This record gives sequence, structure tokens and C-alpha cells, in this order.
Amino acid sequence: MNNMIDQVTVFLENKKGRLAALCRALGDAGVSMHAMTVADTTDYGIVRIISDSPDKARETLMEAGFRVTLTKVFAIAVPNRAGALADLLEALDRAEVNVEYAYCFAIEGDMAIDVLRIEGDCNIKETIEAAGFRLLEAHEIYA
Amino acid sequence: MSIDNSTGIMNDKCWEEKYYQPEIEKMGREEIDRLQLQRLKAVAEHCYRNIPFYRQAFDSVGFKPEMIESLHDLQKMPFTLKQDMRDAYPFKLFAVDVSNAARIHASSGTTGSATVVGYTTADLENWGDCFARAIALVGGDGSSIMQVAYGYGLFTGGLGAHEGGIRIGATIIPMSSGNTKRQVQMLKDMGSDILACTPSYAMLIADTAIEMGFDPANDFKVSAAILGAEPCSEGMRQEIERKLGVTVVDIYGLSEVMGPGVSCECRYQNGLHVAEDHFIIEIVDPDTLEPVADGEWGEVVFTTLTKECSPLIRYRTRDISRIILGECACGRTHRRMDRISGRSDDMLIVRGVNVFPSQIQQVIAGFSEVTSYYQIILTSKGPLDQVTLMVETVPEFSFDEVRRIEDLQRRIVAELKSNLQISVDVKIVEPKSIERSEGKAKRVIDLRKAGE
Repeated sequence: MNNMIDQVTVFLENKKGRLAALCRALGDAGVSMHAMTVADTTDYGIVRIISDSPDKARETLMEAGFRVTLTKVFAIAVPNRAGALADLLEALDRAEVNVEYAYCFAIEGDMAIDVLRIEGDCNIKETIEAAGFRLLEAHEIYA
Repeated sequence: MSIDNSTGIMNDKCWEEKYYQPEIEKMGREEIDRLQLQRLKAVAEHCYRNIPFYRQAFDSVGFKPEMIESLHDLQKMPFTLKQDMRDAYPFKLFAVDVSNAARIHASSGTTGSATVVGYTTADLENWGDCFARAIALVGGDGSSIMQVAYGYGLFTGGLGAHEGGIRIGATIIPMSSGNTKRQVQMLKDMGSDILACTPSYAMLIADTAIEMGFDPANDFKVSAAILGAEPCSEGMRQEIERKLGVTVVDIYGLSEVMGPGVSCECRYQNGLHVAEDHFIIEIVDPDTLEPVADGEWGEVVFTTLTKECSPLIRYRTRDISRIILGECACGRTHRRMDRISGRSDDMLIVRGVNVFPSQIQQVIAGFSEVTSYYQIILTSKGPLDQVTLMVETVPEFSFDEVRRIEDLQRRIVAELKSNLQISVDVKIVEPKSIERSEGKAKRVIDLRKAGE
């Protein structure tokens, strides 16, 4: 789908050293991470990564024996000011778009990048642009 | 013979049934009964005369070999238990001097002391004949290439299959178990037609081949797998058939009685034909030890009819099965036993409920999201038993959202609850964290005793 970027998702058991092993594998392969978040449960965690080369990250981790999948997510540029994310989410809410999960990473300057996983993969480009936000293209993220 | 390689399902109109010993395998019922009676008299006499254990056992119930007038008189003879074999360690149940034994096999003895069985040259030939029947019924003959990936050694799998290959004149590749990548390479490069190993190892070979980038169902010549030494659920059978493009037949045997070949499925995959010229099968109620009616489940008991070195009278196997009624379309007249539904000593008692690992296997085979590798861990939490089932998801399973994993766990838990009436904690683990087996898979880890 257009305007979506690849997030690397990894299934990790809650075992000592697994997260470090994952990061080391990516480091050794020369993959640089822009953002990482861990959703944790009692037994396992789900690690979500935005990196400079998702395909290479996926291949590297699979070879190292991890369960990996690529997930399509939206990356949206959001002004670095109070209430900006609320504006965005309200616009999505009015359009009846459901957000599965979200996380932000700040970059230099006055913009932050918000990553959104949308239920049902529906395209939210128009909704977002109408609300005055900008979707980031894959090349802007990976490079 | 024609096998649709993409599915492993045979086209039953195009395959011609092959027999290794048609005159025996298609023998009329009366003739089989006559042969069994004649051989039963001889083996009773042989045991009584040459094995002090049996002389004493027969005398203690007032039984004399000359009292046998019909097959029904078998019920007057005493049972033999696994413990009797352990007590006889090493040669006290041999009916010939050990110098006349051509080979010795022994069980691993992990659950007690080892049981030792001996074979004369004639015993080995008979064993080979039994296994050769399995090779013929999957379409094999003297021109077949059979890859034996059962372990070679004291375990009867490897050399039992090997013996069968020798008898039928096949080309044997004695790989033994282990070195799975090499196993795959040989399967491909040698153009093996038949694979003989345990079901869990066949699955590992299939998965390894796929991981190595092959499509064994279409790229490999292998058309049949003769799998035994551990239970294989129908789901697992179908998965192996699909992945390797083979017909899977289940072969049964235990080292005490002989080894693989005591009974074997035919291509109709509806029960295992017992080699009734070499063995008498009985199904008894494990509590009363009375024979049950044909078709009813009970413990399988075998009497060997031709073994010279280690004959056994009414050996209680602890395996649970039943006789399948009716004639088989394959033309073999030897009676069929059902696939083993469990072992009375594999049975887990969890919070007072009887559970067979095979039942758990059956349940998870119904979930396409998980692989067939699983492990059951039993622990105690205070006075209560705790069961944890570890499963791995297939690579295609999309786990990006936590709720998908939770939903899968919930559905497996509910299915186990409704099938087995026990609560099981299901843990999804990382790929390959469940140990892959090259022989018999270790499916159950019981930590309850250690915690006491």
C-alpha cells in the first residue's frame, strides 16, 4: 500500500539476554535503528523497530533464529508542540479509523515522527492531509 | 503404482498391491489358525524345556505345554511382564546358549534396568521378512533405495529396517539418525525411494529440507516413509505426507517382542496388520487381564511363535489398542490392530485426570498457526498439578499485535479444556526453542517429583 513504511516486528521470549542478542545481531549487520519499542507480557515481548533497512534487518534476524515479520505502518510528521498529536488522533477518530498502537520518536528540529498501526490497513492519507499533517515517504525514514 | 507427489495421496485405481510373501500374507483364516496352533505348541514346549523362568511360571499355575489343544488354551498360560525381563538381566530369558545368538539388542533402560533380547540367525531372518513386507506394501522391491534414518545400535529401529532391506534385496543407505542436513542431501542426491525413521525425525528432515531451499514434495524422488517407534497423530502424518510428498505407513514393534515389523499399516492406513505367522496378538482388560471382545480397547499382549533365542509368552506391552474388525481391501488376511492410542505407562495423571500426550498432540495438530513441535511441562503449584504446553508458531503467523497471540493461546486452551477436561497453560515460544529430536522425541518433562 502507498505511503506505508515497513516496521520490523520480532517475537521475543522473556529470557535473559534476548533483547541484547537481537540488538547485537542488527549491529553486526550494520543495521541502524531509528526507533524501538517493546510491548511486554508475562511470557514474551513484541519488539517493534523502525530501521534504515527493514529488509536487511528481517533477513539478519531470521538467520539468527528470531521470529520476524514486517508490518506496514504509517509514519507521520507531527509538529513538536503541545496538543499536536491530539489533533491528529481526533481527526482519525472523526474518520472512524482505529489505531492499534502508536509510538513517537523525536528527531532534530521542531518535528516529531509518530508511527501508527491502523486496524484493517485502510488508507488514511487523505484524512491526514486534510487535517494538515504530512505522511512521510519510505525514503525519508530509511535513509 | 502411482503416487500423486503433490499431496502424497495415492491414486487407488492405478497402484498395484505388492506383497513380499503373498502365500503367507494372504493365507486363509483357517490355515493361519492351524499354523498358529502348531507353532504355539512348539514355542510353549521350547520355553518350558529351556527357560527355568517359564518352567516355574507354568508349574505354578499347573500348566503343561501338552495341554494345548486349541488357540483358546493360550489363556491358561501366565503373562510375562517387563519387570520379568529386567529381573532376567542379562540372559536368563534366553532359550539358547548366548553363543548361539547372532545379535543382541537392549532397551535403553532409562526407566529401570535394561531389557536384553537375543536373536539367532533364523530370528534375524524372520525379523527381516516382517520388515520386508512393509517395504513391499509401500511399493518397494529389490530395486528400491531405502534410506534408514533410525538410530543404529542397541535400539532395534536401525538394524531392524536394515534387515528388511537385506531380505528384499533393496539398496540400503545406512544413515542412522543425526546430521540432518547431510540426511537431506543424501535423500536428494541418492534418489532414495523410501525413508525409514521415527515420525518426529521425518518431520525434522522435511522441515530442514524446506529450510535448505528444497521442495522435497516435488524435487525429491522419495515416495514412501515407513515410520515407527513412537506415536504419530493423523495430523502429523498428513503434514509429513504433504511436506515430503510421500505415503506414510505406521510400523509397530517393540524390542522385547522383536523390533519394528510386528505389525504394519498397509496403504489403506486403517489399522496395522499383525504378522500373525510370527506373533499372536491378544487385547486384554489391563485391570482384570481378561481378553476383551474384538473391537474393544485394551492392553496389547503378544506371544512370539517362531523366536528361538528370546521367546515370550503373553508379554504385556502396556500399549493400548484394539482389533479392527473386518477384511482389509489390500488383500492381506492378517488381523489388524488400531494405531496405539497411548501407553498405559505414558499416561499422565494430572489433577486426577488421565491424559495421554498423544491426545494433546491431536489437539494442536488442529491449529495451523502452530508447528507440530510441542513439549509438555508438569510442575506442582502447592497441592495442584500445573500443566504448561509449549508451542511454536509457524513463520506465516502474524503476531504483530499482542491480541493475536493472546487469541491463539485462548483458543488452544479452550480446545484442550473441551477435549481433555484439564486446564493447560499455553506458552508460545520462539522458533526452535523446543528441542528437535533425531530419534524418539522427549515430549513430556515431569518436574513434579523433583518439587516434592
